[in-house]
Amino acid sequence: MTTQEWKFNAKDIANKPDLFLSGHRACAGCGPAAMMRLIMKATRGPTIVTQATGCMEIVGSIYPYSSWALPWLHTAFENAAANASGIDAAVKALRKKGKIKQEHIDIIALAGDGGTYDIGLQALSGAVERGHDFLFILYDNEGYMNTGIQRSSSTPLGAATTTTPAGSVNPGKLEKKKPITEIMLAHEMEYVATATPYYWKDMLTKVRKGLEVEGPAFLHIFAPCPRGWRSEPAKTMEYSKLSVESCVFPIWEAVNGKRTLSTPSKLIALAPQKKKPVKSYLEGQGRFRHLFTPQNMHLVDEIQRATDEKWAKLLQKCEQA
Amino acid sequence: MSSKEKTWKEISIAGVPPKSSIGFMTGDWKTYMPVRDLEKCTTCLTCVMFCPEGAIKWRPEMGKIEFDFSFCKGCGICANECPTKAITMKLPEE
Amino acid sequence: MCQRMPHESNNDEAARGIRMTPKIKQETTAMNGDEAVAFAVKQCDVDVVAAYPITPQTIIVEKFSEYVANGEVQTEFICTESEHSAMTACLAASATGARTFTASASAGLALMHEMLFVTSGSRTPVVMAVANRALSAPLNIHGDHSDSMAERDSGWLQIYVENAQEAYDSIIQAFKIAEEVGVSLPIIVGLDGFTISHTLERVDVLSEDVVKKFVGERQFPMVLTHEGKTVPFKLDPENPMTMGPNALQNYYFEFKRQQVEGMNNALKGIQEANSEYAKISGRSYGNGLIDPYKLDDAEIAIVCIGSTAGTLKVIVDQLREEGMKAGVLRLRTFRPLPVEELRNALKNVKAVAVMDKSMSPGGLGAPVFNEVRNALYDIKQHPIIVNYIFGLGGRDSSPRDLRRIFEDLTKIAKTGVAEKQVHYLGLRE
Repeated sequence: MTTQEWKFNAKDIANKPDLFLSGHRACAGCGPAAMMRLIMKATRGPTIVTQATGCMEIVGSIYPYSSWALPWLHTAFENAAANASGIDAAVKALRKKGKIKQEHIDIIALAGDGGTYDIGLQALSGAVERGHDFLFILYDNEGYMNTGIQRSSSTPLGAATTTTPAGSVNPGKLEKKKPITEIMLAHEMEYVATATPYYWKDMLTKVRKGLEVEGPAFLHIFAPCPRGWRSEPAKTMEYSKLSVESCVFPIWEAVNGKRTLSTPSKLIALAPQKKKPVKSYLEGQGRFRHLFTPQNMHLVDEIQRATDEKWAKLLQKCEQA
Repeated sequence: MSSKEKTWKEISIAGVPPKSSIGFMTGDWKTYMPVRDLEKCTTCLTCVMFCPEGAIKWRPEMGKIEFDFSFCKGCGICANECPTKAITMKLPEE
Repeated sequence: MCQRMPHESNNDEAARGIRMTPKIKQETTAMNGDEAVAFAVKQCDVDVVAAYPITPQTIIVEKFSEYVANGEVQTEFICTESEHSAMTACLAASATGARTFTASASAGLALMHEMLFVTSGSRTPVVMAVANRALSAPLNIHGDHSDSMAERDSGWLQIYVENAQEAYDSIIQAFKIAEEVGVSLPIIVGLDGFTISHTLERVDVLSEDVVKKFVGERQFPMVLTHEGKTVPFKLDPENPMTMGPNALQNYYFEFKRQQVEGMNNALKGIQEANSEYAKISGRSYGNGLIDPYKLDDAEIAIVCIGSTAGTLKVIVDQLREEGMKAGVLRLRTFRPLPVEELRNALKNVKAVAVMDKSMSPGGLGAPVFNEVRNALYDIKQHPIIVNYIFGLGGRDSSPRDLRRIFEDLTKIAKTGVAEKQVHYLGLRE
């Protein structure tokens, strides 16, 4: 992989035609939709996109309309990575026989946290182990949003979902968020990174870096869902920013296992006084509203403690401690 | 069922969609719509970047930002993120 | 188990009146059913094979891996981490324009269940060999038809073979049948687990260039994309299209009807493939849809699928010598169901037993019985039809057991009454 710095400036990006077209049926203020429109601007040539069942898959492909201005395949929920494996093998085989004229075709597999963390984990692990040449982009909105906001293993501790509602006995989800990027790093991948759409330049650079890898690459993008989080649609990008500023979702990249913080998180590491308390991130999200009651307030402290602990561990790994 | 819907013989197999979603105007979803104060706009293009619908377009040949209300769902992200507060969300009557 | 009479050849050409013309160059080999399948795949210029091993299909993937390791094929071979991913990868590769193949059985096929419907609904002509094996629970690795019978509604074409020779021949035909533009449906070629898959038999193979010429290049149906262009149906950056959309209540039904049309076109396609293949190989299997044996004047007959037909034909020969007008109808193509052929072949028979190597607990009889009886319901004159469920979990049926069926049928034909519709052959009761 080259170490060239790609410069995506706003005017160049704005000029590039959309490959995820207007007229899709996502909710107003949808974080993943904003992300999708942006990441498609980082494509560099002939590209095939394959997607797992989920919000972003449905909103752009309701027959007879399509929002995808590039070749796009959906088959089922748990197999975005297996789709990518098949496409990768087909392109290789057909090119060997002179049936494909393009010198290179980028393959992007897209899935939500449902199609990655849980039902999609097997196919993802298998495809990465086999070394197929594709970029897997996880758009994480912390729940099975398309089927009605049920919990996934990406849902954070204390969040209320329709299968972990806040009741008189249980205060939302009792389990922690699964550390998916640690799992992907354990596969010894060439490129694993996290991003969020507020920092769009960083996000686009990472998409391009992932595409440049000859082999599998994994990008975890944190994209707020105002419907599922019961937050204001207008504040979607604000929550994207807050997730980094509160260190709930630090952004970094790991090249061959060596991790470095990306600029927005690095700034906080260098100036810890800029780190915002998780309370500022949690309040305003309806899914955490029940935490701000006398009986559950201790969970906010627990979330702060856990966030700080994870942040400290990350700093050690990035040698920024 | 609309009589204009096509029969099984008339449509392509396997559900390949024959229309681009640009033909599906989501603009009638909105309650609030963005109103711009062009004096405050610095063409930083933040709103163009963040609009989930791609309803805000940069027209370099005119040096202008254009809002396409046929797709704007009125989410308000543009107004919330504009660094100079050049955009406010208003009800259409206002 | 197929019995061999000294004067009969493996594929019974003499009985069918098909002669091997001396001009057709073939090599005589000894292969089991699995090896025959792998060899056929090798010759068909397959682009992608994605598979996961399961007894009794393992020899197919192992043999094919050897071809890959020795550079004998130009195929991308993916050892997927499960059968579900294997079918997914084949579907995705096929959608990208590749010719694809996979193989499975039993639990593996069951694990693919979701993707089987997606594959046929996506109109990708994947070819799959199924080494038919019982489904758990209890665990059983031996041969019966429950695995692919459970997929009879999946929209896949289904052809069942009698021996290793037919397995080789049918895989080659399968690519041609499935890829025909008017069909564009995936196809299962079923071979009995262990009985065919693991039994060494004589298999005459064609030369690779003859096979490649027969199968030809993959053809693509044309579709209208959202760019307003009518282009070949495949993922291609030059002609972007969206595959696998969400079709709501106002459209889903039409796409399913299109699949039925593909099935209907396959009735003709399978017959054509059979007759064209006969020209290059000297072998044909009935008309491709049904393989009747001494059925023309039969008063009693057995309908069955797979290798059991071989044993039944030997018994029929014995019964004929004893003066009984017995016959066998081997149902080669199960999907699409050859309704007209079944009606014409059986309408004058007095009593028919349908043998099933699977069951549908709670139903009246088993799948093949239900389909055959249903096919014959609407004609004015039709036989009394009864069901013999047998061979589940690989239980062998002796020629004596099978002969007893014909004796039962004789009684039914005489009295005009069948006391029981469903029998279990070889069950300890």
